[in-house]
Amino acid sequence: MDRDEAFERFSDCAIKVLGVTKDQVKPEASFAGDLDADSLDLVELIMALEDEFSITVPESELEGVDTIGKAFDLVYGKLG
Amino acid sequence: MGARIAGYGAALPEKVVTNEDFAAYLDTSDDWITERTGIRQRRFGGTTGSLAVAAGRDAMNRLGLTGDDIDFVILSTTTPDQTVPATSADVSNELGTRGAAMDINAACAGFVYALVVARGLIDMGMNRILVIGSDTLSRITDQNDRSTAVLFADGAGAVVVERSDEESFLGWDLGVDGSARPILYCDHGGYMYMEGREVFKRAVRVMIESSQKALKQAGVTGDGIALLVPHQANLRIIEAANQRLGIERDRTAIVLDRTGNTSSASIPLALADAGDAGRLKNGDLVLFTGFGAGMTWASLVVRWG
Repeated sequence: MDRDEAFERFSDCAIKVLGVTKDQVKPEASFAGDLDADSLDLVELIMALEDEFSITVPESELEGVDTIGKAFDLVYGKLG
Repeated sequence: MGARIAGYGAALPEKVVTNEDFAAYLDTSDDWITERTGIRQRRFGGTTGSLAVAAGRDAMNRLGLTGDDIDFVILSTTTPDQTVPATSADVSNELGTRGAAMDINAACAGFVYALVVARGLIDMGMNRILVIGSDTLSRITDQNDRSTAVLFADGAGAVVVERSDEESFLGWDLGVDGSARPILYCDHGGYMYMEGREVFKRAVRVMIESSQKALKQAGVTGDGIALLVPHQANLRIIEAANQRLGIERDRTAIVLDRTGNTSSASIPLALADAGDAGRLKNGDLVLFTGFGAGMTWASLVVRWG
């Protein structure tokens, strides 16, 4: 899957789970600062992404993941 | 021949502890706690045994039963008053029940485990079983740890399961994954430890899977459930389950805003609260679902009345 297609699907999950608009889902957007998403929102987003991409993201790998870009890189790195 | 839940009872300690009480000495706030957990206040106090007796007595009184009418007491607890004897022995003595009594521990899923065990005991010849969930988690929680102090609390709830002509226990599912010990535990003499986000994630998944198995066995879908009575750990977990099960918030029993997480007591406390509010009608399908340390999980569909 190419990066654009993956980001499109990632973006759809974020819009649905976080209740944000498409233009808010940009790499530099911070979960806490820009998207009003707390730690449990992030867990819910990761759960949705695990289902969407059939991947597993261990809790330990979420340390320091505070922006859309970092979350996307984490997920994209797991795709074959 | 089958079994039904004849009625319920509840008991809470008198001491109310609000979010502001924690904010007064911990680095936390009412907004933070409410936003992430849904808990506004909780109760501290009593012993597991004294709360169990009060809840059991309440259930018996509401049904006009005496100790002679009960031939088995199952006490679900993860905080027994002592190692030996089982707390249920004291409870049985105080309530004057005849026959047998035992404790069971499946953490926060324990009450639903106990209901399924009670149903099995009906097949073994018992007639009326008092099933109590009672816990005093405040005693095993570090009150200076802001991540757990605000969550865990004390309380008890009970139901009476009795033999009936028609079957009201329609579907159930029990399970355990002992490899999950490191994410939620309390050693002897220690305090509750929890990896909140990992527990959150697994809790949502096991509640859904387990509920779906119980629903399937009962031959119904989420649409057919009149009242979901979930373990009361965190409102956000319940909301995530609501969405995935297709059972809306208005068909869900919520009591954690007033009780916090009372482990084994949380499901019968939520049931009693909903029942007292007139939300249980004869013929209604009720889905109980719980999860806890272990991890354990348990779901049960019953027809009310």
